[in-house]
Amino acid sequence: MQALTNKAQQVDRRPMNLLERMYLPTIIKGMAITFSHIFKKKPTINYPEKTRPFSPVFRGLHILNRDEEGRENCTACGLCAVACPAEAITMEAAERKDGEENLYKEEKYAAKYEINMLRCIFCGLCEEACPKDAIYLSETFAPADYQRKQFIYKKEEMLIPHPINEPEAYAKARGNKVVTSQ
Amino acid sequence: MSEIKPKSTFKVTIDNITIDVAPGTSILTAARQIGGDVTPPAMCYYSKLEGSGGKCRTCLVEVSKGSEKDPRPMPKLVASCRTGVMDGMEVKNITSDKVKDARAGVVEFLLLNHPLDCPICDQAGECHLQDLGYSHGKEGTRYEFKRRTFEKEDIGPYIQLHMTRCILCYRCTYVADQLTDTRVHGILDRGDHAEISTYISKAIDNDFSGNMIDVCPVGALTDKTFRFKNRVWFTKPVDANRNCENPKCCGKATLWLRGADVYRVTARKDEWGEVQSYDSKPGWICNTCRFDKKKTSDWIIEGPTTINRHSVISQGHYEGMVMPTETIQKVMGGREPKLLMDIHDESGVNLSKK
Repeated sequence: MQALTNKAQQVDRRPMNLLERMYLPTIIKGMAITFSHIFKKKPTINYPEKTRPFSPVFRGLHILNRDEEGRENCTACGLCAVACPAEAITMEAAERKDGEENLYKEEKYAAKYEINMLRCIFCGLCEEACPKDAIYLSETFAPADYQRKQFIYKKEEMLIPHPINEPEAYAKARGNKVVTSQ
Repeated sequence: MSEIKPKSTFKVTIDNITIDVAPGTSILTAARQIGGDVTPPAMCYYSKLEGSGGKCRTCLVEVSKGSEKDPRPMPKLVASCRTGVMDGMEVKNITSDKVKDARAGVVEFLLLNHPLDCPICDQAGECHLQDLGYSHGKEGTRYEFKRRTFEKEDIGPYIQLHMTRCILCYRCTYVADQLTDTRVHGILDRGDHAEISTYISKAIDNDFSGNMIDVCPVGALTDKTFRFKNRVWFTKPVDANRNCENPKCCGKATLWLRGADVYRVTARKDEWGEVQSYDSKPGWICNTCRFDKKKTSDWIIEGPTTINRHSVISQGHYEGMVMPTETIQKVMGGREPKLLMDIHDESGVNLSKK
């Protein structure tokens, strides 16, 4: 059979010679490699105390965005849910009443919005599908939990803090992500 | 002696496809008989409504040869819904660059005042203007001024009018004129100010007014019982019928289901987005069927509606769906699986109906 690439190597099945049968040289060689690692730079970090910088394209936990005046951007159009390959997103829409213009940007809003984080694969297609700049993936992980039911994230858990009332929390939640405004 | 008998069929060539049609057929109807890509899109023409057409100009075609007797081409593009075929006529639709250019212009004009609120609009996903914009429009608009806006208006208890989205195709006024006994709404004002309205918001309450929603090519007339309830691509259409007491109602409808809940009832649509005909009678449905019968037990379900697989509605994955058999019980010797999480217990949206 002809090999597809020239990378394939024949397995060496010759009987071991005396030096190989003694095993000692190989053991010493292995120990030397292990020992040399003591003097090398550690690739790990002490995680909760120290964190690594995130890549600008990192896709973490979802955040439902607000505009500058603190109104919710989401209009429950369902495009994120239809784009979601894992079918993790569900929502229920409601109509904005008179006097709620400071809460919701459009005349329709998401009354309920859920993402099942156990289903979510963090592909970012919801972010891409969103016509209202309402959902984006932040630079945080979904924290671990003891119960599976805690992983169904409701709207309250994903909504970004109010930019006017809580500017610091808002800036923190927004992170360094460059969001192009429409 | 030389008496020429009128020809029984006319030969017409549309985009190099020749077809014999009866005299008096419009170019659009002839193109629909061929079907497929050669059919010009139509926003205002509705074959089931007498007198409709000629307003939106999306069905413009080029006539490169007038007829066998007078082979001169027509000087301008013509509206195919209002132009009758002649013997030996040659029509260019998608093979003509002039037509493509003109249609892109028409789409731009139609979208001048049309708000781009598709994420909010209930029609999104089955909107003819959306399809037209995707297939024939350009990406941007050159319009720099404010779009005209109107207040939302309730026409009767079941229908809401968003005049802002209206493209003035006049279909709904023809429905009111031809289907219902007394017409109580029409077009007020002219030109840019023209608007559909009932006279001093007089309520529409006749039995077939709901068909206005079906004929509306955009989201200007929407079902108030379905308003913001769900998106069309999350609901699954099934064909159903019931014995309607109303003699004018055909009783055949499409139910838009989610689970066992009927979210919306519409008339059945054919491949051109028009109401289907039964025994050459258009299958309009009455308001009782449309707005009041919102239970599956009211209907006899025939099966899933055939949806074009390119439509966003087919994202519902309901066609040819095979439910996998539950194997856990078999493997575990008859024991029920212990669910670590049942989503219905946790979700506020996906509630189980037990």
